[in-house]
Amino acid sequence: MSSREMTVIACRGAAPGKASGPAVVSSDAICFYLVDPPSGTVIEPGHDIEGRSIAGAVLVCPGGKGSSVVQADGLYQLAKAGTSPAAIVVQEFDTVLVATAVIMGVPLVRCDPSEFGRIRDGDTLEVDADQESVTIR
Amino acid sequence: MKLTEHDAKMLDGTYGEGVALAMQVLVAVGKAFDAEQMCDITRAHVALSNQDADIWFAERLVAGGAVCRVPPTVNPGFCLEFFRHVPGLSPEDLATMERTEAAYKALGAQLSYNCTPYLQGNVPRFGEVTAYSESSATPYMNSVYGARTNRESAQSALCAAVTGRVPVYGLLLEENRKGQVLVHVEPTLTDEFDYHLLGYAVPRKTAIQTAFIPVFTGIPAQVSPEALMNLGAELNTGGNVPMYHIVGVTPEAPTLEAAFQGDPPGDPVVITDKDLAEQREMLTAESGQIEFALLGCPHLSLDQLKAIAERIGGRHFKVEFWVQTSFYAKQLAERMGIAAEIERAGGHLVPDTCIDQVAWKHLFGKKGVTDSLKGAYYSKRRGMDFVLRSVGDCVEAAIKGEA
Repeated sequence: MSSREMTVIACRGAAPGKASGPAVVSSDAICFYLVDPPSGTVIEPGHDIEGRSIAGAVLVCPGGKGSSVVQADGLYQLAKAGTSPAAIVVQEFDTVLVATAVIMGVPLVRCDPSEFGRIRDGDTLEVDADQESVTIR
Repeated sequence: MKLTEHDAKMLDGTYGEGVALAMQVLVAVGKAFDAEQMCDITRAHVALSNQDADIWFAERLVAGGAVCRVPPTVNPGFCLEFFRHVPGLSPEDLATMERTEAAYKALGAQLSYNCTPYLQGNVPRFGEVTAYSESSATPYMNSVYGARTNRESAQSALCAAVTGRVPVYGLLLEENRKGQVLVHVEPTLTDEFDYHLLGYAVPRKTAIQTAFIPVFTGIPAQVSPEALMNLGAELNTGGNVPMYHIVGVTPEAPTLEAAFQGDPPGDPVVITDKDLAEQREMLTAESGQIEFALLGCPHLSLDQLKAIAERIGGRHFKVEFWVQTSFYAKQLAERMGIAAEIERAGGHLVPDTCIDQVAWKHLFGKKGVTDSLKGAYYSKRRGMDFVLRSVGDCVEAAIKGEA
């Protein structure tokens, strides 16, 4: 897909683990309650990746949104259906998203907004929250 | 992040797998926010939800032998005793709530099942470090009492309750509690319902998507606890507001300068009567016939129950009239004859229950009236449609069968 050479971006890890997958890049914050569990498709009206699946992908977005309850239940339902994202890359952490990702075992990292632009939709990403790196292939 | 010897022991499993799991979550949160250390909490409130993830995580902690060092109060699920006798709930629905109750009981939580613990049952003093989840509770703690809590998730608050510890970051630190956006409220707000509208309108008018701390002017000094309860609930439905200041009213905002910790306040965002009217129009169902009234998101207080009884004035409801309230308020309402008057008119006081629960199954797909924008928003996915009115007007609507 991409002929670029491998690029490594430094990041801050929150939820531990290592995973890879195709990047699905969104400019809107994510609420997992508004993702359809059987398909992993974003169903939030007006969301910029509405209608796209995040199942098995590395979700790249500004951050999370939603109440202290719905975010965790949303990601839990995806995990149960096998449609959870492989990893999550954000620009800003919030307590609810961090706790949710840790509990569900989905690696979560934060990159500087300046580095964010280097990730293109469809890139294959390797997220290593323990070594604090995101590798673009 | 520096861990004490005791923190490290909790993390390495010395006190069992449940405590270790709770500590892992807190350490990850601390690392994410560059916390340097952890500190003790004195109180916690967990937004129990009786949803799958809630039960799954609570049962995992129980299986790992965890018991809360700081017993938290908890949010409502639905009242088993009450809904066992309401037709429509399946044995599976009841079994889910039974599992939730068993898990939280084993964890040693206070089974308060109430979303307004800050009004009674779990009230802090100024400066206490706590861990509160629940959208109306977090801002009430920070803003009205000057206690300190981050906007916890249901699970992170439960982990804090289990370990008695939280990482020190965010609103636990003085410098992060300063106001960021000046908001002037132009109309004189009189009814508590106005604060539902105000809370939802502020994030929309400021157009801020991330967490922020507004500083209000124009809110009267004698603002009621119920008004502030509504304000907090809606600020976190329409947006993300873990704390606010009201100049001359809340304890960390004796003056405008104090609220902004000396920063220039900038131009105010002005909230007008028109903004509030527009906010209702954006979210309300069309006026017309209704099949029920459902109030109490957040749970109505004793004073609000009293006002309902007085408003009824000996008349009868034409449609179902349900009021969600706390166990404490219900007991007092019974003792004071308030409950008898509401029940005489055909209404029901329901303790321990949230609007966003399967317990209300018999109302799904129907049109009703409520005072809560938050309640209307979260029950949309269950097909409930609400006309939005003040509590007093909800009483009138239920008497007429029309809102």
